[in-house]
Amino acid sequence: MTWNSFSEFVAMGGYAQYVWGSFGACALGFLLEPVLVRQRQNQAVLHIRQQEEAKDIQQQ
Amino acid sequence: MSNRLFNWFKYASPASFYPLAGKWIPWFWTLAAAFAAAGLWLGFFVAPTDATQGEGYRIIFIHVPTSWMSMVIYVVMAAWAGMGLAFNARLSAMMAQALAPTGALMAFLSLWTGALWGKPMWGAWWVWDARLTSELILLFLYMGFMALQASIDDPRRADKAGAILALVGVVNIPIIYFSVKWWNTLHQGASVAVGQSPSMALTMLWGMLLIALAVWMYSIAVALMRVRAIILEREAHSDWVGKLNEVQP
Repeated sequence: MTWNSFSEFVAMGGYAQYVWGSFGACALGFLLEPVLVRQRQNQAVLHIRQQEEAKDIQQQ
Repeated sequence: MSNRLFNWFKYASPASFYPLAGKWIPWFWTLAAAFAAAGLWLGFFVAPTDATQGEGYRIIFIHVPTSWMSMVIYVVMAAWAGMGLAFNARLSAMMAQALAPTGALMAFLSLWTGALWGKPMWGAWWVWDARLTSELILLFLYMGFMALQASIDDPRRADKAGAILALVGVVNIPIIYFSVKWWNTLHQGASVAVGQSPSMALTMLWGMLLIALAVWMYSIAVALMRVRAIILEREAHSDWVGKLNEVQP
């Protein structure tokens, strides 16, 4: 094990801002992108649902 | 053989690919999480401190995978776009479209983590060096591809224009890859290359490769999710879309 304590791990030997800035940005990107894609999917489903409902109303 | 060929053509239609992709997505997410957990554990808790760069070198565990992925996605995107252009296949063009934003994210993260690594080691966030500049051009190519597709109303024409841009841009990929050999640059040479033993400790190498695999699985999962949304958007007027379970109220 490289680290003797949690604070040593967080400090990253003085490179904390660079290491955590890199991994943090990647974590943010990898969490945000699927959320945005999920929204796009929901939007598309909603659009089709409304379209189908409009069709049903027309048929009646 | 005939059976295989049949399947290939069957799944080339958006209507049959849509549910298939839906079944694959959870598997790719699971694999991505497993590889990421293993890779991060190796990278942060097993890999030793670097002799010259101290703990700052640990940026490599995310910088190299995102950089590799930004190039791989571009080649795959251009291949799908090219297939769409050659065979006039709708699904191929949609795949290319689904990959572009993920590729752009990878290129951005590659530049971002590179800047955060460059500052403490070189003393500069950015230099106009061959490797960095060609990677920046890659980000612009992704953004250009997305902007061009978004600016053309007719999707089939947008696919064609995008495909030509994507194919022309492929020339940039070998330039990025070989830039550290062709020009004198501040950027270090390849850490891992074919036909040459890696210039790093084995635990470091494995940590990096596992995170690279995680990034692969992530990219496939998110691109499949996006291609499903694109299929729904572009096939909204087909009958099969209205019969989907998720569309029923």
